[in-house]
Amino acid sequence: MKHLYTWGAICAIVFASVVGDVLLARAMKQVGDVGALWRSRGVWTVAGRILGNPNFASGIVAMAAAFFSLLFALSWGDVSLVAPAAASLTFVGNAFAARIFLHEKVDRRRWIAAGLVAAGVALLAG
Amino acid sequence: MTFRKYLVLAGVTVFAAAGDSLLSHGMKQTGAISLHHLQSVILAVLNPWVAVGILLLLAFFASYMTALSWADLTYVLPATSLGYVLLALVAKFALHEQVSPLRWLGIALISGGVGFVAGGPALTSHPLHPHVEAADAVASAAAGGGES
Repeated sequence: MKHLYTWGAICAIVFASVVGDVLLARAMKQVGDVGALWRSRGVWTVAGRILGNPNFASGIVAMAAAFFSLLFALSWGDVSLVAPAAASLTFVGNAFAARIFLHEKVDRRRWIAAGLVAAGVALLAG
Repeated sequence: MTFRKYLVLAGVTVFAAAGDSLLSHGMKQTGAISLHHLQSVILAVLNPWVAVGILLLLAFFASYMTALSWADLTYVLPATSLGYVLLALVAKFALHEQVSPLRWLGIALISGGVGFVAGGPALTSHPLHPHVEAADAVASAAAGGGES
């Protein structure tokens, strides 16, 4: 039962993280290079642009959901299972999401890597 | 990629692994959270290990946002792959959790897969600078659409 709870929490982490990652990545692309912006316009411009971005706000909500799912998962399972499993499944989910929603090119190399990652996760679960 | 940008990516890796480890240690002290007593999640934040873990995860978030401002999502994420190896080492030697050979193999496969992406030419088709990316988009549009 504890096992089921752990994996349920991991699924919640993955879904919320993928949604959050895509929204945050989109927000930061809209903001632009933070380092360059900081040097040319100052820290308040950077903070204002980031905090005023609606994608950023939605991304934070999704990440908060992922964070609390992580707290649950960590109280039920080992960190060496929960953290790599959630992170690697998020990685595979993000490869799909980045291709569909961010229009990033995901080539054969990345799909092979996704397979390796999935195999690794299967071993972690064993 | 400048030295400073590599430092930011290193921050993404180290802060995430360290933050997760401290959270795990703190949550084990707090004990399992029951779905019927959700308020214990709030109390968990008062545990010093959990509190410092959250601070480290905030540092991770700052470096992550900085990296996302000049790099692709699918480029920044593999930077955390070294974190899995770091986590396994911390789990074994600091938290004294059981890490079986199969889990080690799983962690190796995950790191290998992620490293495969990070080291591949896929990076070159994902220019890191927005102005180069824009120029690339213009070039592929001029070439007649491009693939997918």
